[in-house]
Amino acid sequence: MKKNQLMEKAIHGLFLVLGLITVGCVLLITVYLVISGIPAIREIGLIDFLFGKEWASTASEPKYGILPFILTSIYGTTGAILIGVPVGFMTAVYLSKLASPKVKSVMQSAVSLLAGISSVVYGLVGMLVLVLGIRKFFDVPDGASLLAAIIVLAIMILPSIIKMSVTALDAVPKEYEDASLALGATPIETYFKVSVPAAKSGIAAAVVLGVGRAIGEAMAVMMVAGNVPNMPDSLFQSVRFLTTAVSSEMAYSSGLQQQALFSIALVLFLFIMLINATLNFFLKREKE
Amino acid sequence: MLNQALSNKRKSFELLMKGLMLLSVALTAALTLFLLVYVLLQGIPNITWELLSTKPSYLTESIGILPDILNTVYIVLATLLIVLPLGVGAAIYLTEYATNRKVVGMIEYAAETLSGIPSIIYGLVGMLLFSNHMGTCLMAGSLTLVIMNLPTIMRTTQESLKTVPQSYREGAFGLGAGKWRVVRTVVLPGCVDGVITGCILSVGRILGESAALLFTAGFAHAVNGMMDGLAAPGATLTVALYVYAKEQGEFGVAFAIAAILMVLTVLINFAAALVQKYFAKRRSL
Repeated sequence: MKKNQLMEKAIHGLFLVLGLITVGCVLLITVYLVISGIPAIREIGLIDFLFGKEWASTASEPKYGILPFILTSIYGTTGAILIGVPVGFMTAVYLSKLASPKVKSVMQSAVSLLAGISSVVYGLVGMLVLVLGIRKFFDVPDGASLLAAIIVLAIMILPSIIKMSVTALDAVPKEYEDASLALGATPIETYFKVSVPAAKSGIAAAVVLGVGRAIGEAMAVMMVAGNVPNMPDSLFQSVRFLTTAVSSEMAYSSGLQQQALFSIALVLFLFIMLINATLNFFLKREKE
Repeated sequence: MLNQALSNKRKSFELLMKGLMLLSVALTAALTLFLLVYVLLQGIPNITWELLSTKPSYLTESIGILPDILNTVYIVLATLLIVLPLGVGAAIYLTEYATNRKVVGMIEYAAETLSGIPSIIYGLVGMLLFSNHMGTCLMAGSLTLVIMNLPTIMRTTQESLKTVPQSYREGAFGLGAGKWRVVRTVVLPGCVDGVITGCILSVGRILGESAALLFTAGFAHAVNGMMDGLAAPGATLTVALYVYAKEQGEFGVAFAIAAILMVLTVLINFAAALVQKYFAKRRSL
């Protein structure tokens, strides 16, 4: 009997350890990023690092200002949201409320496929279709630009926005809509003035999820944005994002340069944590 | 009839919204179709037996992706082998053992946080945690992917565990079974569908991953057996695509890989839908 109890306790302990692995991973990631990110910020100075307008890590007098990357990431994400959210939102309302079951199921598999395509494939198609297209259409010397990145990101966040919004809209109680219809509103008025407001937390969560995806995407952006550390003054400029700043120099960096890359990753991580907290806030409200 | 009663303002709202919705749906559908057709059309003509069955050679100036295919298989197998016990164990702890709500909340919050972290950060941390100690190799990449896929396996297993009726557990306890016996004989068989779904989703995610592997698994193209392969640096298909397209301008090869990845994505989505349907049917019986 005693032996049995002992074994039960041991197994309970084992499962507890397995359960706590995720917590351990999050802590490990946070600690590693902070520890490796702080030294460069200390050496460069927080203000110079965050608000310096020039990044010249390999110059004889290196400059480590990441304002161009921060602004590019913010502009790129905003642009992607401005294009992706309206399209995704409208698609979601149609799929949730108007589409026949057949259309809904076909479109949902299409959206799943869109979500499953790997970012390098998006990057490859972007390189050959978008970048060349922008060069021809706008008659600019190089199509690898902020605009190309915005369009690729807008397409890449579309599935997350559609999926999450459809889930939220599907969950709106039928009674709300019936009441509105009985009062004389047309179906479309009902969907947009009753169902959408009722699902607004879920839709907000979908947008925040899209922001997270867009700001964290690296490979596709790396292939279409040009990667020159310019300030993002125009849509047609070759730019570097926070994510691509880390990946484009990591392979050959050392010393302070490499430490500065870790600091960029830390900044990106803080952005993501902020977005995650916002996402959780909306998801919790949606559950209530 | 109804429409005649509507004011102009309401009518134009109807029309506008309907138009915008149809436009958006058409755009989404067209985009998906275009991507699928474009990648397949550009890629399939470039897929030859020689490409699939050789490694890149400077002597004959030819490119082959056999090593990349093998590396991808190794990394998928190694990752699943490690992540499955961890993820399933964590899910079992959450649904069967945990009594403290604070601990449950903490673990779930951690899992959500993990799934929100972008792959480039995983790549960087993986480099610091694994590659700096064991060298750039497939195993380091695989361990990085384990952390990334942990939340997926946990979530799908947890969802299927919730559908195991409470009465089964009570019945087993009533017959005098201990906790571990109940978990082993009643709970574990009940979460098979969640584990399979989780595996399919994870395979999809691993196949598509590149940023997390670039600095952890590296990009060599050598043909190795599984054990040697895991200890050596190597490019998976996605990483190879990136290198061929961005650094070497070999768009033919890049599109061939893209087409292979596209077909795999379609198959994986299909399999996931099939599994879900199959288990939903069995459950309703």
